[in-house]
Amino acid sequence: MLKLNSREIIAKRIAQELKEGDVVNLGVGIPTLVASFLEDKTVYFQSENGLIGMGPPPASEELDIDLIDAGKNPTTLAKGAALFHSADSFAMIRGGHVDAAILGTLQVDRHGEIANWAVPNQPILGVGGAMDLVVGAKKLIVAATLFTKNDSPKLVEKLTYKSTGERKADLFVTEYAAFTFSEEGIKVIDLYGDLTIDELSEKLSLPLVSEIQTIK
Amino acid sequence: MDKIVSLEEIRQVFKNDQRILVGGFGISGTPLSVLDQILETDAENLEIVSNNLGDSGMGLHKVFMAGKIKKAIGSFFTINKEAVEAWSKGELEIELLPQGTLAEAIRCGGAGIGGFYTKTAVGTELSKNKEIREIDGIRYVFEKSIRGNVALIKASKADRLGNLVYHTTARNFNPMMATAADIVIAEVDEIVEIGELDSEQIVTPHVYIDYIVQSTYKKEGSEYVEVK
Repeated sequence: MLKLNSREIIAKRIAQELKEGDVVNLGVGIPTLVASFLEDKTVYFQSENGLIGMGPPPASEELDIDLIDAGKNPTTLAKGAALFHSADSFAMIRGGHVDAAILGTLQVDRHGEIANWAVPNQPILGVGGAMDLVVGAKKLIVAATLFTKNDSPKLVEKLTYKSTGERKADLFVTEYAAFTFSEEGIKVIDLYGDLTIDELSEKLSLPLVSEIQTIK
Repeated sequence: MDKIVSLEEIRQVFKNDQRILVGGFGISGTPLSVLDQILETDAENLEIVSNNLGDSGMGLHKVFMAGKIKKAIGSFFTINKEAVEAWSKGELEIELLPQGTLAEAIRCGGAGIGGFYTKTAVGTELSKNKEIREIDGIRYVFEKSIRGNVALIKASKADRLGNLVYHTTARNFNPMMATAADIVIAEVDEIVEIGELDSEQIVTPHVYIDYIVQSTYKKEGSEYVEVK
């Protein structure tokens, strides 16, 4: 089997979190890769521009540029797909009817609060559906490589980027480990990179609690 | 009253300082032909309510480039480089709302509701200087509803009464915008006789629609092209 890159490792680990029959909203970036790692699990992809039941990207002969995902890429209707308008879509999201939102993130703080919509010193002119998904999804899973290109950690004591909302992530999946957040601190629930928990803790300058669970 | 009018006739709707709601997500579901008509009028200082300001030199992007927009209310403007630049120079006012808040504000605007409390954006920059209220232990922010002087929407088919059906995700903001303005113009790909649309499938009932115009754009592969 081909060796997976960091983004694929993250996507594959997230795919394990999804349950048969879940309604899932995928953000742009790494989350879009999750669909390729579902194996024989059936989940229903919700797209906030008005669709449950997104299929795979279209072959060129079935391209219909009206039919797009939330990242404005052409998509298809899976069998049983349902269409609705944007107010219904966000009622569904805020109202807690979407099982999981999987979002890319710029930073996550030690309590699981995320920052994924605004980059410092850049005009803040786009938010899209990120804040609605953060407050509304039953389960909030965030995805990112653990370090930036300049090697600064994305898991931080305190957000320096602007918060997406008060609701905390249930799970933060990186290419080294999967983290959860609680009163006792940041827990490592799965470790699959080439760093130990102590090494990770040192690189992040954050205390980590080991709570590795065996995945069946 | 015949609601079907020509693109030329629709031009007289546009006036200075109007607030115009414009349907579409990216280009999908955007009333491209009607937006082009704004360019043929003197209307300026427009306030636009739309998810984004057009895309790839089409729709609202053209209206913006013609210098007719003074303010934009929506959720995602980063895609439009020129708009970002104009904003940095203070030439364009932008009000950013989470996409769900934008959709609900328009829905309320058309439903006789003055505003609503939402959990979305509480604790973030986008709820700054807005009223926060705790209801049953959960914090919400108050958002005012949104209405326009004019709404420009796009549907797939209209019958001569103005009943509308949409095509896939081109529905997006259009059904709510159809309810939330004093004058509502529906641009459609096809106009059919009364009775030809299946009543069970109609998404927007004709009561909301003032004018129907035939679109001059067609999908061709990966783009919309104008057919004269």
